[in-house]
Amino acid sequence: MSDTVALSDRSAPAVLTARNGVLGALSDLFWRKPKLLLFLMLLPPVLWLGIVYLGSLFALLLQSFFSIDEYSGMIKREFTLKTYGELLQPSNLDIIIRTVVMATLVTIASAIVAFPIAYYAARYARGKWKALFYLAIMLPLWSSYLVKVYAWKLILSKEGILNWALAKLHLTGLLEAWLALPIVGGNSLSVSSTGTFIVFVYVWLPFMILPIQASLERIPVSLIEASADLGASPGQSFWNVIFPLALPGVAAGSIFTFSLTLGDYIIPKIIGTSHLFIGQAVYAHQGTAGNIPLAAAFTVVPIVVMGLYLWMAKRMGAFDAI
Amino acid sequence: MRSDREASAPFGLKLAAAGGLLFLHVPILLIFVYAFTTEDKTYQWPPPGFTTQWLAVTWNRPDVWEALTTSVKVAAIATLIALVLGTLCAAAVSGSRFFGREVISLLIILPIALPGIITGISLRSAFSLMDIPFSTWTIVLGHATFCVVVVYNNAVARFRRTAGSLIEASYDLGADGFQTFRHVVLPNIGTALLAGGMLAFALSFDEVIVTTFTAGQQQTLPIWMLEELVRPRQRPVTNVVAMVVVLVTLFPIIAAYYLTREGDQVSGAGK
Repeated sequence: MSDTVALSDRSAPAVLTARNGVLGALSDLFWRKPKLLLFLMLLPPVLWLGIVYLGSLFALLLQSFFSIDEYSGMIKREFTLKTYGELLQPSNLDIIIRTVVMATLVTIASAIVAFPIAYYAARYARGKWKALFYLAIMLPLWSSYLVKVYAWKLILSKEGILNWALAKLHLTGLLEAWLALPIVGGNSLSVSSTGTFIVFVYVWLPFMILPIQASLERIPVSLIEASADLGASPGQSFWNVIFPLALPGVAAGSIFTFSLTLGDYIIPKIIGTSHLFIGQAVYAHQGTAGNIPLAAAFTVVPIVVMGLYLWMAKRMGAFDAI
Repeated sequence: MRSDREASAPFGLKLAAAGGLLFLHVPILLIFVYAFTTEDKTYQWPPPGFTTQWLAVTWNRPDVWEALTTSVKVAAIATLIALVLGTLCAAAVSGSRFFGREVISLLIILPIALPGIITGISLRSAFSLMDIPFSTWTIVLGHATFCVVVVYNNAVARFRRTAGSLIEASYDLGADGFQTFRHVVLPNIGTALLAGGMLAFALSFDEVIVTTFTAGQQQTLPIWMLEELVRPRQRPVTNVVAMVVVLVTLFPIIAAYYLTREGDQVSGAGK
């Protein structure tokens, strides 16, 4: 196609004269060879992401096959699976299991809290309310992550608003009973797994609401009317028609909540127990310990878990709902 | 899902939705109350009294100003880089079909799909492997990488709505490629780029996980806040900074919303 343009250009200059100047010549060149323009447009972003991002990612993955010399603390640059073996030590395995369980619980809780908001926004909010709902979900999503964590530090502290409210409602005993439980409990909410869990749910909640809302909005009204015409009660319509169609949205949202919880190290550091999560382990091993191979091996865990998760989510149709 | 017959929602649903929205917003509103409390040692609720003195104290803090300047500088440069790279990529991906198109979309999304800690630690180990000293520029490098996706998403959505026939018409009327870009393409995608740029700015301004790995001595505002969170020293100043950060990020989000919403009425969209 580009050749014929070039040919006619030469044989019939009266029809298509070449443009003047460097810019004009360039413009003509791009018109004749669109592939060249495409190549030039793609070159900067692909180079940037390829070199800066993929390059460092592969360098990191490569280092996970190195190991650290136990006596000198130096990194031995030869291929070994020893570092991956260390991941299976009980203490490290504990960290992985704790993080994955937390990510699962956070995902389930976010879905439960997010669904009514998304459902109301998609089915009942109209006009001005619709815009308001959208902003009400977008603002917490985009406002500062650290400020949100900080707000919860204020809320969960011993002298904070939550304890004050519980005291007013004479429910302090209930909280104390909960905090006395093993695993979920602790000295106060801000140093317990329960606190970590609440903050995770809070911070990632908007990531769950938006895809659910998108999938709910895509359900045609005629489907629900058909269901009602066939004699289904509103409850039956919901569970047999609406809910299954909203599941891809839930799966899409869960990708975010799951992935973000897996990689986070700041929330458990600020609000939580002294037990580590994967992110904290990575941070500790690369920082003070200088054990880059083990830190690299630890980062492979979320990559593999997310890979498996994405594969399952794709089978549930989550990618059509993002 | 537009049914006018179901005007009002069941009471339980209303309650759950309202409860969820309260859960989302009350913590942020609390920050505003705490910024004016007279209590400076603990997080006591209810505040024993209210004062505006902490605003003045914060205003006169050089370390806060320094962190703010670094943050704005990093976010501005990172946004600029992301705007160029994201727009180029969006134009290429939406303008034509070619081998590896899906791979490129995946490559753009990857830095934000994988947990930030992975981006952070891989950049850090790459910098140390290549003996690159940490500076403001290493922070920019990291931020630009994950900001590209925001610009790209906004631009791609707009390119999809901009009719290709407009560009063809421009060529037919004798405009060259650059004139077409300047007078036809740019006015059409302008607001989408502005929105994408604002969101990229907000994203970079707020980023902390990648920054902890790519910063040396430089403190961005989130890094400053993180240190205060881990080892609280000046609680009242932190409260005020937190409030200011909320207010500063509020503006680009609302602006971006209105900019992209009006994009529905882009010329040629109906064709």
